[in-house]
Amino acid sequence: MNPGDVLETQTYDVTRADLVRYAAASGDQNPIHQDESVATSVGLPGVIAHGMYTLALAARAVATWTGGAEVVDLGCKFTNPVVVPADGAVTVTVAGTVKSVDDGLTTLALEVTCDGQKVLGMPKAVVRA
Amino acid sequence: MPIDQSLVGRSFPPTPSRAVTEEHVRAFAESVGGDYDGGPAPATYPIVLAFDAMNAFLEAEQVDLFRIVHGEQKFSYSRPVVPGDVLTATLTVASLRQIGGADIIGTASEITDADGTLVCTTRATLVHKGADA
Repeated sequence: MNPGDVLETQTYDVTRADLVRYAAASGDQNPIHQDESVATSVGLPGVIAHGMYTLALAARAVATWTGGAEVVDLGCKFTNPVVVPADGAVTVTVAGTVKSVDDGLTTLALEVTCDGQKVLGMPKAVVRA
Repeated sequence: MPIDQSLVGRSFPPTPSRAVTEEHVRAFAESVGGDYDGGPAPATYPIVLAFDAMNAFLEAEQVDLFRIVHGEQKFSYSRPVVPGDVLTATLTVASLRQIGGADIIGTASEITDADGTLVCTTRATLVHKGADA
């Protein structure tokens, strides 16, 4: 990988059933990720994916691009919710570019979008190449 | 109900330790549509520990989980998490500010192994919207 390299965009479908499975695996049973009425009661547009679900998809993309390289740093802000419909799926897209390669560490700048809108703020990963 | 400013700098007791099993790592990986064939856990796996720590904090402060939205999350690794690890998380409240009726709570959780060695630091910003916000 070299600075400026554009990585192959990855797309992932997310359903409500995925959120239920993620809630069980992660322990995060916040009802805003499963129950429409609770979500709307706190001002959300509907059931939303766990922010950590979306960041986990970004980590999947990083693992795909790097062949499972060791992740040293990973982080983002959660800027817009990923609203998951009751039926069907919503698609999350993860794009990436190589920002720098330095001293054995590769920094990847990510762009994570849903319906053309960025959902994560400044998502970034540093891997040991 | 705003969160008490005196919390800043306070550390909470370590969470009960958790044994990282292949079975659980696989369930975690598969729940986000990935697969797992051994080796290190997915990079966001330590959220399981961080979430334990956050839940204990919310319980101690009598904050309802459904009023919390995740604002920011960062993981800084010393080494990857692997099955066989026995991990615990210790949460410290790093910062607190109020904006528009919401509490913006900055937390840092240190995840350590059975030897007490740091594996990963997770930093989370939690946005708490009070009942009357």
